[in-house]
Amino acid sequence: MLQGQLEIQLIAIVTAVACALPGVFLVLRRMTLMSDAISHAILPGIVLAFFLTESLSSPLLILAAAGTGVLTVVFVELLQRTKLVKEDAAIGLTFPALFSIGVILISRFAGNVHLDMDAVLLGELAYAPLNRLETFGNDLGPVSLYVMGTILLLNLAFILLFYKELKLATFDASLAATLGFAPTLIHYGLMTLVSVTTVGAFDAVGSILVVALIAGPPATAYLMTDRLSRMLLLSAVVGGVNAVSGYWLAFAFDVSIAGSIATVTLLMFGLTFMAVPNRGLIAIARRRACQKWEFAQTMLVIHLFNHEGLPEAEAESEIAHLHEHLRWDPAFATQVVKYALNNRFVLQKETQLTLTQQGRTIAQQALVQ
Amino acid sequence: MENLNILARFDYTLMVVTIGAALLGAVSGSLGTYAVLRRQSLLGDAISHAALPGIAIAFLLTGSKAPLILVLGAAIAGWLGTLLIMSIVRLTRIKYDSALGIVLSTFFGFGLVLHTLIQRTGNANQAGLDTFLFGQAATILASDILTIGVLGGVAIVITFIFWKELKLLVFDEGFAASLGFPLRTLDILLTSLLVIAIVLGLQAVGAVLMSAMLVAPAVAARQWTNKLGLMMFLAACFGALAGVSGAIISSTASRIPTGPTIVLCATVVVGFSIAFASNRGLLWDWIRQKRNRRNLKMTEQP
Repeated sequence: MLQGQLEIQLIAIVTAVACALPGVFLVLRRMTLMSDAISHAILPGIVLAFFLTESLSSPLLILAAAGTGVLTVVFVELLQRTKLVKEDAAIGLTFPALFSIGVILISRFAGNVHLDMDAVLLGELAYAPLNRLETFGNDLGPVSLYVMGTILLLNLAFILLFYKELKLATFDASLAATLGFAPTLIHYGLMTLVSVTTVGAFDAVGSILVVALIAGPPATAYLMTDRLSRMLLLSAVVGGVNAVSGYWLAFAFDVSIAGSIATVTLLMFGLTFMAVPNRGLIAIARRRACQKWEFAQTMLVIHLFNHEGLPEAEAESEIAHLHEHLRWDPAFATQVVKYALNNRFVLQKETQLTLTQQGRTIAQQALVQ
Repeated sequence: MENLNILARFDYTLMVVTIGAALLGAVSGSLGTYAVLRRQSLLGDAISHAALPGIAIAFLLTGSKAPLILVLGAAIAGWLGTLLIMSIVRLTRIKYDSALGIVLSTFFGFGLVLHTLIQRTGNANQAGLDTFLFGQAATILASDILTIGVLGGVAIVITFIFWKELKLLVFDEGFAASLGFPLRTLDILLTSLLVIAIVLGLQAVGAVLMSAMLVAPAVAARQWTNKLGLMMFLAACFGALAGVSGAIISSTASRIPTGPTIVLCATVVVGFSIAFASNRGLLWDWIRQKRNRRNLKMTEQP
């Protein structure tokens, strides 16, 4: 593996993990689309700062863009506070307007600056290692690795420091407020982090695919676990795996790396959506299929239990008569009997069914319920 | 002089573009009404981004760049994306916003992959993606106006046919379900209409700004009325207004892209409506508050 390839993968992993961590809280707080809004709305900030610094990797650029991101959040909240506009519409109004200003600025002054629209919107991970950090003639590695590494540490520090506050504000905002945890402050802190992360990441993956990194891994992790700490860990891992496999897929087919990471994110989410135990589509389908047989089996044992030891028991426990007593068609009845025999809830003596001890308990339980 | 100058520029191309933008504004404004009322304002954003792989696949399969084929591909992909969002929300505990975000960004990413694949084979024009993202209102032709008019008209007529069903779905989903209306079918119908509006607008304003074309006129219209029919009509008017003024303003100076200008015009209409709309507007609210304060003071005095 070449050094360049290694560096690209490292940048991809660091970016993915840095995005996934705050993403967990966005997904849980139902504010994922805020990241979409921020990632588009920072465009005028980037353009204005770019006019001043003429460089795409200056710290001022990141600060200005992050400022615009926070401003977006403020705008959305102000609009919402008028009570004339709902949250989704407020988001849908704010970011296209800011984005339009950015696009107009770029095309008005495009002659003077080298700011490629595609670079902002789509990013290009392959070029990330070209911009290197050098001190006293020593090559210290790609700049974006340092930028994203710093942002990752910042996110990690914020989450570790304010873990219990974040947890409380996410799951019970009113309790957090009554206990004096200032959910508004936490909200803005989180939004500042999201802005900074988005700005840092747009360089590598562009503003549209940032959303894939922010929403994809946490949503995938959310399908797998019920614990916040585990969800954080899992989404970091999923983000990293997506980044690396996306890179190799892009390498194999010679296509856009960021796009390929997003595609893998969709595949990973889809796979989890299908196959995760208990909550996946397959599990749901299987449970639904089982429920039919479970229910029929319960009916059967209750039926047998009701007539057990009574004079009519012999007639009632005749397999051939089940369709008459329970209104099942004979084929279905045979299958239910087979299912119950497999579970050892009933015993078959020639054409007669008798309950086992286990079956009796099940019937009693079902009747109590 | 300035006015004369504008008039002089009002040539055939500009007229076609202006009419096209007005029609688009009217269609997306009136259909956006439903999205805004159902709190699905950002669905437009998701559909327009999710359309990209459809365009790429349509091109890969047919090798043709005929607008109709690409639009069909876009519509199918956008529609599939929405169905995916609906089923994620229905079958998992993942909420609407996250499902939207995932579909929007990953479909777009997949489209980007396909796009680079097409570029590598070298038989596509490089400008394709830019047009998709930002639109090129200047390329609206007279034949496009016909397409927009017919398809948009059909979509709006459908909302009239299913007026009471859609109204019920928008305002009281639970009641609609209890009356036995097929909710999921109606939901899909409404979404399909939205897909039509979006796909029509992609060419002119592009994916990124399409959501504003759906949301802004409807939000502005909402401030002036509490009636669905009037809101839809007003939204169509505001959308057309934004389209016309955006097209004209961007033609007065060089290098002002049309799509963003239309969006900014729509935003101005929203700002004006929120501030000054009769009864609901912030200004009247402020006056009412002042008057209430004064009345309270008067009653306080013995």
